[in-house]
Amino acid sequence: MDEKSLSFYDETHTVFGHHHNKLFQWIFSIDHKRIAILYIIVMLLFFVFAISIGLTMRMELFFPGEQILSPDRYNQAFTLHGTIMIFLFVVPGIPAVFGNFLLPLLIGARDVSFPKLNLLSWWFYLLGCVVALTSLFSGPGFADTGWTFYAPYSVNTETNVVLALTAAYILGLSSILTGINFVVTVHRLRAPGMNFFKMPLFVWGLYSTAWIQILATPVVGITLLLVIIERVFGIGIFDPAKGGDPILYQHLFWIYSHPAVYLMILPAFGVVSEILPTFCRKTIFGYRSIAISSALIAIIGYLVWGHHLFTSGMSEWTKIIFSFLTFFVSIPTGIKFFDWVATMYKASIVFKTPMLWVVGTIITFAIGGLTGITLVTLGVNIHLHDTYFVVAHFHYTIFGGVVFMLFAAMHYWYPKFIGKMYDEVKAKIAFYLIFIGFNTLWFPMFFAGVLGMPRRYFDYLPEFTIYHQIAGVGAIITVSGILFMLYTLISAVKNGEKAPANPWNSSTLEWQIDSPPPLENFKNIPYIDFEPYEYENGAPKHNLYNKIKGVKDGN
Amino acid sequence: METKSPELIYDKDGKAHEIVDFNNDYTASKLGFWLFLFTELMLFGAMFLVFAFFFYKMPQEFVIASKSLNIYLGAINTFVLLLSTYYMGIAFIYLKDNNILKAKKHILFTIALAFLFLLIKYIEWSIEINHGIYPDSSLLNEKANGEILFFGLYFTMTGFHGIHIIAGILLMIWVLFLIKTKKITSTKYVILENVSLYWDLVHLVWVFLFPLFYIIGLGG
Repeated sequence: MDEKSLSFYDETHTVFGHHHNKLFQWIFSIDHKRIAILYIIVMLLFFVFAISIGLTMRMELFFPGEQILSPDRYNQAFTLHGTIMIFLFVVPGIPAVFGNFLLPLLIGARDVSFPKLNLLSWWFYLLGCVVALTSLFSGPGFADTGWTFYAPYSVNTETNVVLALTAAYILGLSSILTGINFVVTVHRLRAPGMNFFKMPLFVWGLYSTAWIQILATPVVGITLLLVIIERVFGIGIFDPAKGGDPILYQHLFWIYSHPAVYLMILPAFGVVSEILPTFCRKTIFGYRSIAISSALIAIIGYLVWGHHLFTSGMSEWTKIIFSFLTFFVSIPTGIKFFDWVATMYKASIVFKTPMLWVVGTIITFAIGGLTGITLVTLGVNIHLHDTYFVVAHFHYTIFGGVVFMLFAAMHYWYPKFIGKMYDEVKAKIAFYLIFIGFNTLWFPMFFAGVLGMPRRYFDYLPEFTIYHQIAGVGAIITVSGILFMLYTLISAVKNGEKAPANPWNSSTLEWQIDSPPPLENFKNIPYIDFEPYEYENGAPKHNLYNKIKGVKDGN
Repeated sequence: METKSPELIYDKDGKAHEIVDFNNDYTASKLGFWLFLFTELMLFGAMFLVFAFFFYKMPQEFVIASKSLNIYLGAINTFVLLLSTYYMGIAFIYLKDNNILKAKKHILFTIALAFLFLLIKYIEWSIEINHGIYPDSSLLNEKANGEILFFGLYFTMTGFHGIHIIAGILLMIWVLFLIKTKKITSTKYVILENVSLYWDLVHLVWVFLFPLFYIIGLGG
């Protein structure tokens, strides 16, 4: 172990073989780890951009009446905020960054099955970003339809819908290719001996997600194309004047976009299941039930899209069936929650930052999930549909669930990505800032929603002022927390202490190799004849570091 | 690529296990391509769903609109595509038999038939457009709703199918190039196998488009 080992930062494969140019070594790299880092850089830039738009909207809403945004600008602002957050950040977020980096490491592979396709996905992603940005600064301005692009308004509005839809389509393509890559990788490249029930749970999350990406994304792709065709050629399928049906658009859109919600949350659940056993220092409770519930959520998630259309016009029976099926999704989700809590029960927990994020998420996501059950109750839904209650529910699940878990993953795997440790104290302060700010920002919206504050309005009645002002203060705290967290993480790239191979005492394979990992990860691929979370007296049972690296054991 | 002997690792009982070389994995290429075909099915499936929805709502008007399509040209095209998939399959068999010349010849036949298909499609579209029937034309907009939607879907779905034909032609030209540069050989044929799978899908979609747009006009 005396010789200094080269990491993937020092050497790489590119599409053209070897390249001297440092930049080309990155943007044409076919190493899954470098591609993951390419993703996270672009993604975080857009994330900060979308946050600033969100903050602008909150500031506009701080007082009733017009402050800094005109009504039209406000419509464009929430469309832009939603489109960037969903299509550019949350959907690709965990799979493209952490999936890419970790999937091969977790299953004991040297790369994904199609490294070149992987790079192509990133280029499509970048192209989608560029097209989205172009639509922002060209023509009559960014779309003002909301991120859902509902017809017939999206067909009639003057704004630049076609480019925005094209961007979403290209991003969808990128997502499909990643999905194909991951499914094949899981099937083909698991280390010998690792069967499906010996895979780490994050892999289960990614695998279920990848299937949703493959089977659902094409439907939204063609739907968005149909809107473009409708706008350009006027074929009439969404135009009531020609016998078309705008509700049909909503069905087609949500057939994808509801599974997409699970596409976002499943890898996040996977992250929880990785972090929990590490910091509880014992094996996870109910491994199989967590694994299978991921697949169940993916399957049931296909059958619930109708709950977005309860007020759009559907037969009563259809509503009842969709309502029932949606209740059903909460069962596998509940199973996961109880498994996690059971894992923590009587464990001697080490409260490092990633664990704090996980516990925080369990609280916020529980609120988000339970208010989802409230929303899917038919009678209540009629009252709450399109109010701030939905906005609050949505942000509690997506921000308080997916994005919080993305932050947790950013801390947990930081040593593996960068090879350095971040400042624990600062990271904890950032967590508390964001957690408090988050709840201040969105919790009042539940009340505002119940009292009838409609979503997507740029103005409101004076009696809602207090809710908006509390939320505004919360927004400022949240944003400062996020900026502080990003500062903490980025500054540690330079100043952090060097990280050992396994700083958290984790049991999965990615921690059994150097941080950051070498090119092609495993010199010797291990034979896996044990389960992923085996602990003995609070420490991982198996240590394969020397075996993988090919050095003789010291003893 | 040179053929290396597979990397082996041993478990506790000393049994050897092979490590899959991700750079050279036939099964992965097949599996990946099948998954891609699933996405194509979902793409066309969504359009068939839209068709089914409107056909169910306005069956009479769909039948009337369908009568104005030329069923003979449609039938010829069905046959042309069927024949082309046959040649594609034969080409693949020849390639595996290391009969490169005949394989190339049959791929060229397939390309020629694909062009013939596009030509006939072009004639059909021009007939309709010359009659003043194209999306958003004033003549079409005066017709009943079902007929507007029928032609809207007709142009969209056959258009999408046509784009797939063009993509298929480009793929086959690429395959010919790869055969020429010895990237596809009788032992490394997965690309041609996948392209022929793709061509089967393109043909299969047409097999459903044909009755939906042309044959429903025969009834009633």
